[in-house]
Amino acid sequence: MSAKNTALQHHFNDLDQQYQASQLGMWAFLVQELLFFGGLFAGYVVYRNLYPEAWTLGSHELDVSLGSTNTAILILSSLTMAMAVYWAQKGQKTKLVLFLVATLILGCSFLGIKVIEYSHKVQHHLLPGNGFSFDSPLADQVRIFFSFYFAMTGMHAFHMIVGAGILIWLIVQAMKGRYTAEYNTPIEMFGLYWHFVDVVWIYLFPLLYLIGRN
Amino acid sequence: MSTAIFKPRPEQVAQESDGTVSNYLNASFSIRSWLLTVDHKRIAILYLISISAMFFLGGIFAMLIRMELLTPAGDLMQSETYNKMFTMHGVVMVFFFLIPATPAVFGNFLLPLMIGAKDLAFPRLNLLSWYLYTAGALLAIGSIVFGGVDTGWTFYTPYSTTYANSNVILAALGAFIAGFSSILTGLNFIVTIHKMRAPGLTWFKMPLFVWGHYATSIIQVLGTPVVAITIILVALERLFHIGIFNPELGGDPILFQHLFWFYSHPAVYIMILPAMGVISEVITCFSKKKVFGYEFIALSSMAIALLGFLVWGHHMYTSGQSTYASLVFSVLTFLVAIPSAIKVFNWTATLYKGSVSYDAPMLYAIGFLGLFTIGGLTGVFLATLAVDVHVHDTYFIVAHFHYIMVGGSIMGYMAALHFWWPKITGRLYPEGWARFSALIIFIGFNLTFFPQFVVGYLGMPRRYHIYPEEFQIWNVFSTAGSSILGIGYLIPLIYLIWSLKSGPKASPNPWNAKGLEWERCPSPPPTHNFDHTPVVIEEAYAYEHKIWIK
Repeated sequence: MSAKNTALQHHFNDLDQQYQASQLGMWAFLVQELLFFGGLFAGYVVYRNLYPEAWTLGSHELDVSLGSTNTAILILSSLTMAMAVYWAQKGQKTKLVLFLVATLILGCSFLGIKVIEYSHKVQHHLLPGNGFSFDSPLADQVRIFFSFYFAMTGMHAFHMIVGAGILIWLIVQAMKGRYTAEYNTPIEMFGLYWHFVDVVWIYLFPLLYLIGRN
Repeated sequence: MSTAIFKPRPEQVAQESDGTVSNYLNASFSIRSWLLTVDHKRIAILYLISISAMFFLGGIFAMLIRMELLTPAGDLMQSETYNKMFTMHGVVMVFFFLIPATPAVFGNFLLPLMIGAKDLAFPRLNLLSWYLYTAGALLAIGSIVFGGVDTGWTFYTPYSTTYANSNVILAALGAFIAGFSSILTGLNFIVTIHKMRAPGLTWFKMPLFVWGHYATSIIQVLGTPVVAITIILVALERLFHIGIFNPELGGDPILFQHLFWFYSHPAVYIMILPAMGVISEVITCFSKKKVFGYEFIALSSMAIALLGFLVWGHHMYTSGQSTYASLVFSVLTFLVAIPSAIKVFNWTATLYKGSVSYDAPMLYAIGFLGLFTIGGLTGVFLATLAVDVHVHDTYFIVAHFHYIMVGGSIMGYMAALHFWWPKITGRLYPEGWARFSALIIFIGFNLTFFPQFVVGYLGMPRRYHIYPEEFQIWNVFSTAGSSILGIGYLIPLIYLIWSLKSGPKASPNPWNAKGLEWERCPSPPPTHNFDHTPVVIEEAYAYEHKIWIK
């Protein structure tokens, strides 16, 4: 009962109203995120249609095995996050913390692999900018491919980094016993965010790595 | 009669002079209690102060532009300086005044009161949005202090990305951050309207002000992120030459225009829909009559919000986009006239056989009707392909969008400021001065911008600091008008500040208006808005109902 009272903010009538407000707010935020990435996807589509050959050349420079590994890691992290939400709703503190930590580790692994990929690209002079060079008559167009590659995956990685930061905070709160079977809204809302970021990658991976390889 | 205008009516003045009643203003006085407040009413005041400051900053640039254009020669400034003047006028006015003005100040203050809630759904997010706005505004001011920006408020590529030698990134970053303030406000409003309405307050009992803000919020959440990512791409292009918008590297600068206008056209409706909400409240109150066609006004707001997303291409008729695309955009743009006209006709029908009184808010509302109609009809001219190609980038365009954005949005903003001033501050302003300045603003506005229709049609292009001599007469009218307009805006600044200390104390409902904020709340409201959550039985604007009971 006391947990209920501390979790309820003064301007809501009851926890249910507060929960529903958080849920709608999170979904509205995700819609906003969708349109934010949507601008990049729209640009991608336009240039893919303008320069299909350059897109093929660019795709071949990407490391499919690292990309696939990262895809698997992210899907696994979605599973651990879903488990975290489940155990939060059951009020099992230890298991909640365990799965949050697992999610954090998987997220950081993804970012680590991404750093390796980025450094390879930089070494091969594929980072758009003054240092960019690509041995092909289509070099300028391939540069645009890599502009989208870095803008899209970079924006995705930024969301992962923000997510990892929030995860650390949630783990600390969970260890303090802040989340119970009655009140676990932040865990569930963060789960929505985490799944959204995963889904963005699920689209980025085939668009950048796979399509056009054949 | 003449003294009656200058003295408040007895029922407008608070009965007892009991200074001990606790309200949101006297709950605490420390600076900390203001800067860390999560009370939507205090955050609205923070917005009011910062937005007013930005308005006067933008106004200074406008006055400098008009002074330069008084003569055909470039005698006050050089073209580079002039480019910076109109850019900073546009950036400050669009991103830091017009877009946030009515939602952030009056939406913030009134939405919870109107729907019987204690606060917005996410009070801390609301405070964060004010800090984001302030950070964005400071960056924009920084870009001005460090030498200004000269791209025009539209930041068109490739000029902004490749050639401009001014603080493009700083100004664009300011707009970017302010954009997130706008998104968070919209998100907060959507959730609040969905989840926090008082018992009995069904969707079609909500005040039309709330409907207007609901439609606005949808645009804010759906449109703003697109311009945000576009600004990031511009910054990347400028910093790293990534090629997306640079035709030399195979990029497409027109893509920028598509992405930019996908937000920035709906942004015009972010400016006007809240103002339309204000007009619905004011016209019914001062006609003492139920609004005509409530459902049509409510749903036409939604129609404008949705159609607004489908018409961005009408900014690009001359950009080289396909003729078929232009045709479709033209037809869709004509369609926007339908919900807009529905509103105007319904407001006019509300006046019919009402007991109309001409207090200052009503004068602004009537002014809105006239100016918005002119702005809207010239919008129909501009939706027409052939006409638009003829007057593209002339002063005709400038006049048109000022009629909508200044004549529409600011008249709505001023109406709201006067209508809810007694509720917000608990004080009455001098009605005579208020009516006088409303008149001055209306005259000054028309004198400023109507000649621009003429001179634009005659062929004077926008964004030049010199022009042929035959255009001078129209520019003299325009500059004279802008001086009158400037004075019109200064008068309220003086008497409103005066009224804070010396105005008579306002009664809870000085206009005898309907609505929870008037009927269930003292002026100013207490921190938690309502002692008991109100239960709503009456439909909105039941003015006649009340008269019958009496």
